[in-house]
Amino acid sequence: MALDQATVARIANLARIKVTDDELQAWATDLSAIITFVEHLDEVNVDGVEPMTGVGDFPLPLRADKVSDGGYADVVTSNAPEGALGFYTVPKVVE
Amino acid sequence: MSGLTDLTIAGARAGLDSGDFSARELAQAHIDAMARHKALNAFITETPERALADADASDARRAKGESAGPMDGVPIAMKDLFCTEGVRSTAGSHILEPFVPPYESTVSGKLKAGGSVMLGKANLDEFAMGSANITSYYGPVTNPWVAGGGDNRQRVPGGSSGGSATAVAARIAIAATGTDTGGSIRQPASFCGIVGLKPTYGRCSRWGIVAFASSLDQAGPMTRTVEDAATMLQVMAGHDPKDSTSAPYATPNFAEKLRAGVKGLKIGVPKEYRVDGMPAEIDRIWHQGADWLRAQGAEVVEISLPHTKYALPTYYIIAPAEASSNLARYDGVRYGLRVPGKDLKEMYENTRAEGFGAEVKRRIMIGTYVLSAGYYDAYYLKAQKVRSLILRDFTQAFEQVDAILTPTAPSAAFALGEKQDDPVQMYLNDVFTVPASMAGLPAISVPGGLSDEGLPLGLHLIGRPFDEVTLVQVAQALEDAAGFSARPAGY
Repeated sequence: MALDQATVARIANLARIKVTDDELQAWATDLSAIITFVEHLDEVNVDGVEPMTGVGDFPLPLRADKVSDGGYADVVTSNAPEGALGFYTVPKVVE
Repeated sequence: MSGLTDLTIAGARAGLDSGDFSARELAQAHIDAMARHKALNAFITETPERALADADASDARRAKGESAGPMDGVPIAMKDLFCTEGVRSTAGSHILEPFVPPYESTVSGKLKAGGSVMLGKANLDEFAMGSANITSYYGPVTNPWVAGGGDNRQRVPGGSSGGSATAVAARIAIAATGTDTGGSIRQPASFCGIVGLKPTYGRCSRWGIVAFASSLDQAGPMTRTVEDAATMLQVMAGHDPKDSTSAPYATPNFAEKLRAGVKGLKIGVPKEYRVDGMPAEIDRIWHQGADWLRAQGAEVVEISLPHTKYALPTYYIIAPAEASSNLARYDGVRYGLRVPGKDLKEMYENTRAEGFGAEVKRRIMIGTYVLSAGYYDAYYLKAQKVRSLILRDFTQAFEQVDAILTPTAPSAAFALGEKQDDPVQMYLNDVFTVPASMAGLPAISVPGGLSDEGLPLGLHLIGRPFDEVTLVQVAQALEDAAGFSARPAGY
């Protein structure tokens, strides 16, 4: 299926990637080629087939719901582009 | 001291143990090679001082009669997808350019505790997305191999673990770590004439490895011999409570049957891998591989994996879907690049537009699309069901055979600039490696010989889940028969 410019704009918004209006058509052509390629799967009959949601043949482990680590906010936030007092800072979101 | 850069892990250990050279001398020889071959662009960050410090610690242990294990003192390259404490870890991306992890990935930590000497962080495709190592923000990697006959075009090393493969092939590192999501260890190993092993999903911890597609990503060794791959995997593998998908199984001795031969083993050759337009030289090396195993007493039988041709389309739904989710974390808030905007949303959008390269954006957008409302069932759920059928094909095949033999890649290393205009053409590089990835199976690429142009070609073996022991047993038989001794000119 061919993706149109409006669909690309919607996807880019969901993915939070800025795409300018003059880039939309190039992306539409590009992504359509891949979607057309993956649509080969339409040929496969999957009636009654369970989806494969994990790879391991073992159950996911459970552990006690206890804090086992932490107490060093300065280390955790050491890579923040902007931060203060052991917090991350972002542009103002509440008026 | 040039002989020092020709050693295997096994050879280095023997020389270190007998005092022929020190770990510091071994490290210095490789640091010199790294400096000499800087033009290959195999490393994003070189860490020669760290390497010498690691080497000195190794020498100090040996002086006291102690050893940290079979890789104590061995110089390695670390793919820059592994987070390394205090050493910049970029994933080949602009968005992680300033990132210095305050923690160490489990696998790199095991190699460190095992005494290995880290030369630097190896270049890779951005977020491990690519098959030619041309998507790195830090520039493409050059394959040390060139074709014969006056064709001096620069060749790609394959990808995504292209820097790792080049470092090992060019004798800059004795071994390297790689990660493999759809072929990112095996295809570059084939292109560079080295051994690359992707273990069973769950064998090595993914904790601290920058995530691409979490149901597929797996770390593994890239070496110059099968024996070295078994040795390095021994150090890398093991259960890790910090990765819930890490298998709670004991780690076997991977080299247990290394020299046991293949007499009596049954090897499957899947008829669906004879794809249209396969070059004659690929078909020839594949037949040669089967003949080699047969000559050593294995029984080679044709098998069928009917859903083979759907593995790649399935992969290009599942992997981008998981990537779009994993890469949502790069938002300019907690680490990495931040590009300002008029509000929070625009800051996210500007950061991600500038921080990600074209291939990464492509996969995030495909993933976002196949997971979006109205399309989830048609694409993502469908792909998960086809994935079940791909796994079922393998499960049935392994009722008959002990391992499966295929070519690693549909071509030898291509020239830089080829296949770059059409993403789907690039994706076809992984046509033979992706099915095993989808099924979580262990697989290995072993150098089989040279193409008509004089470039390396790999043979690919796929094993039963958690049966790397048999996988390396068969791989050793291929290596013995191939007697691959060619090396890139000048390295």
